Amino acid sequence: MTGSAARTVPGTPPGLKLVKPKPILELRNVGISYMVRAGELKVVPNVSLTLHEGEALGLVGESGCGKSTLAYAIMRYLGGSGRLSGGQILFEGRDMGKMSDAELRSIRGSRMAMVYQDPMSSLNPTISIGRQLMEVPIVHSGATEAEARARALTMLAEVKLPDPETLFDRYPHQLSGGQQQRVVIAMALMAEPSLLVMDEPTTGLDVTVEAAVLDLVATLRRKHNTAIVFISHNLGTVVRICDRIGVMYAGELVEEGPITEVFRDPSHPYTRGLLNAIPSLNADKRNSPLTAIPGQVPPILARPKGCVFAPRCIYVEPGRCTARPIETQFYGETGLHRVKCVRTRELPRHARPTAANANQAPQAEETGRPMLQIGGLEKAYHQSAGMFGGGGYEVHAVDGIDLEAGRGTTLAIVGESGCGKSTFAKVLTGIEQSTGGTVQLGGTEIGKTPVEARDAGTKRAIQMVFQNPDSTLNPSHSIGYVLSRAIRKLRGISARAARDETEALLKTVNLPTEFANRKPRQLSGGQKQRVAIARALAGEPELILADEPVSALDVSVQAAIINLLVDIQQKRGSTMLFISHDLSVVRYLADHVAVMYLGKVMEFGKVRDVFAPPYHPYTEALMSAVPIADPDVKRERIILEGAIPSPTERPKGCPFATRCHRKIGPICDEQVPPEQRTEGGHRIACHIPLEELKAVERFAF
Amino acid sequence: MLAFLGKRFLSLIFTMLAVSALVFAAFEFTPGQVARKVLGPFATQDQVDQLTERMGLNRPVYERYWEWLTNTASGNLGTSTLYKTEVNNIIWDRLGNTLILAAVAFAIIVVASIFFGIAAGMREGSKLDRAISVASIVTTSVPEFASGVFLASIFVIWLGVLPGTSPLESSGQWSIAAQLVLPVSVMVLYDLGYVVRMVRASMVEVMTKPYIRTAILKGLSFRQVILKHALRNAMIAPFTVILLQINYLITGVVVVEAVFAYPGFGRMLLEAALAQDIATVEAASLFAVFVTVTTQIVGDLGYMYLNPRIRFA
Repeated sequence: MTGSAARTVPGTPPGLKLVKPKPILELRNVGISYMVRAGELKVVPNVSLTLHEGEALGLVGESGCGKSTLAYAIMRYLGGSGRLSGGQILFEGRDMGKMSDAELRSIRGSRMAMVYQDPMSSLNPTISIGRQLMEVPIVHSGATEAEARARALTMLAEVKLPDPETLFDRYPHQLSGGQQQRVVIAMALMAEPSLLVMDEPTTGLDVTVEAAVLDLVATLRRKHNTAIVFISHNLGTVVRICDRIGVMYAGELVEEGPITEVFRDPSHPYTRGLLNAIPSLNADKRNSPLTAIPGQVPPILARPKGCVFAPRCIYVEPGRCTARPIETQFYGETGLHRVKCVRTRELPRHARPTAANANQAPQAEETGRPMLQIGGLEKAYHQSAGMFGGGGYEVHAVDGIDLEAGRGTTLAIVGESGCGKSTFAKVLTGIEQSTGGTVQLGGTEIGKTPVEARDAGTKRAIQMVFQNPDSTLNPSHSIGYVLSRAIRKLRGISARAARDETEALLKTVNLPTEFANRKPRQLSGGQKQRVAIARALAGEPELILADEPVSALDVSVQAAIINLLVDIQQKRGSTMLFISHDLSVVRYLADHVAVMYLGKVMEFGKVRDVFAPPYHPYTEALMSAVPIADPDVKRERIILEGAIPSPTERPKGCPFATRCHRKIGPICDEQVPPEQRTEGGHRIACHIPLEELKAVERFAF
Repeated sequence: MLAFLGKRFLSLIFTMLAVSALVFAAFEFTPGQVARKVLGPFATQDQVDQLTERMGLNRPVYERYWEWLTNTASGNLGTSTLYKTEVNNIIWDRLGNTLILAAVAFAIIVVASIFFGIAAGMREGSKLDRAISVASIVTTSVPEFASGVFLASIFVIWLGVLPGTSPLESSGQWSIAAQLVLPVSVMVLYDLGYVVRMVRASMVEVMTKPYIRTAILKGLSFRQVILKHALRNAMIAPFTVILLQINYLITGVVVVEAVFAYPGFGRMLLEAALAQDIATVEAASLFAVFVTVTTQIVGDLGYMYLNPRIRFA
């Protein structure tokens, strides 16, 4: 046990009274149920928390743990079948359960407001941005048209949207994702609410856009002294915004406290599990495996009687942990840190895995000749200009890239959406054909051969794993059928042999062989992604093309899938092309990294070279934007202004010149930057000398 | 915008040409001589041959088609063999009659379907929703001739408050307005349920959209949510379907016109087709195509107005 003495304190912890006087939101033993045909589903059995004026509380946990349910319950918006089954929700001292519809309407949008996960679908597509904003003051304070308009314009400027006057008359689809989310935030803050509920506000945004939105929220929060409930599956974003963090598991708040305390001394095994599942600082596949949390969140009707986390907990003590529901105890010296675990005081203090406990043998990184060789690859689309297709111009989605990936290694491609990484993948798979340059797979040119014209061997050699396993598995086919058909199609072997092979594949991806008889809907997200990987392996491919294979998964599952990919690659020696926007995963998994921007490779090199200075200014900006799940890591953030220019308006010189924070002058706009090389194959396309680029701080990952 | 209208106009011309050629071909290859139909079964073969000669029916088909085409382009629609007069003399009256019927029915269908569809779809599964849904299925599944007879037996035979036929003559006992009530009712009953279900389905979908949740959590009242946020979005999908009803109302009203002896366009088309009256059928088909394509253009324009995503594409 360490310096922080844990103690059980009944009632109010002593420290609480001193801190902040005015509670905005109080949840007292709140229970939330959904009425379904099977009966009552207690999604959230009993949660208590208090949020004071200006405080920001982050809620984290895997999907299905009740975070969003709690958020909507706070807004008292649970749909037709949901209801508050117990306890009270007090907002500014008033019991929300007793409010009439009219009272509820008068606080929604004015005293409490919400920001949603998917900004595009949260905005009405047929009403202009300005009109949607103006509604708030018109409804809540009876403002005139002119007053409401003035207020809307002020808010648009406050969320740092360029040219509010023009934007005012635009429709949501004419804005980028980041701009849409700014509009939603502006709408939420129109009436200066005292509470802002944010449900995964940056999920789905590019990392640079996410960083800018998070900065904006942090600034506005301080300015307006708004209390925030911030829901996220990404611990890093929570660290950027919140001063407190609550960890939810299976509908229960298992740990809650000041963010620095929880991160320095996570005291619930589940919190520790979440932290261990993220690739930690400077870890990579060579020195520390990720630790996934085994098992999955129990279904609501099958929740364990005692500690809900017991079935997945490595510290579980049968009897003590499983006999009766666990009480919340206060922990640490401030008395603000509470945890639902009977063994808290006995657990060893949490230690982050560090690079020091390296144990795995280094991989064969430089062996062999390249499996995949890309030389000056171009993909241009013809954009017709006139009514009859006359005139027109070429749009380069991929504009002359040189890359190679050695046999058995992983090449990661990173960049914001619109950088050309998906087009590149399409050329590789033969869905699109290149318009210039070469693509060689094991010495065979494939860039101009459409997939229908490829021979069986080439088709077999390249297989894909997609982002969303839900939409890539046919819901009406059993897992066994999906796999055995892939095996028969790709390897041309008999049905009987394919059946044995199916079992072997399921074992390879650590799924029980009985899964062959299941349908995709009976599987969890992680299990489906395992099936997708097994399907890709069916042809024993030389090259696996993984397009964001873990970004739709929870962190705990993500860790398991990453480990699986590493494992498979080591055993089979296949080459992997890993497309991702998540730099910590790339840092962990890749051998080589290519940073793409507007169809060009800005930086390419071995993973340790790319992740250390000299950085290309774009790489530097991307890295600074990654939210790090550690409150002790403070870093200067480089906020990129504006969005990627459209490929039709490609800058003449350096493609990144329009947004670059280190632009040195007109040379950047006018001349294509030289490719500066170091020994070891590290290339950076920039006008700034390498020596100067080297003189920046190294980013911890 | 001009390019769009230009393209649509070209496609209108092209479609009209294609349809007229098809109609010509269809008549060419159906058995029976036109002159025989005109003269009746007791005419001698000689007389039939003479008439065929006089009408120029023994010339090659492309020559006749070309002649018809040039005549039509200059406004001469030819002579009806059935009505024994210029097509121009009869078609416009008939069209006018049908347009009155269609316009009244269409106005009622549009207003009522939006009203009932929105009312049903705004709260899926409510009592109101179920009542409207059942009623619309029932009315739609009763064929027009059945509901026509049914309504006539109540209002004409039993109550005696409405006329049983609608020849559109104001000399008799019944006013023109009274004569329109039953045909309009039958058409509305038959068509309304279908459109209501379209609007309802679209409304149900819109009500599950996240932006409706945004509107509610902004503090708007249910009424404001429906009128300001749901209505317009819910009209985007059914808009084209609603306009397609115009086609049905103008060219598909044969049954209603027959039941009520209504001197309309549909009945004329039916009679002309049975008598192989090619000039009348061609003129009527051209008009039907014109209506179809024009409503589509109007539909696209309205769609653009309703849906800014198309407008600023």
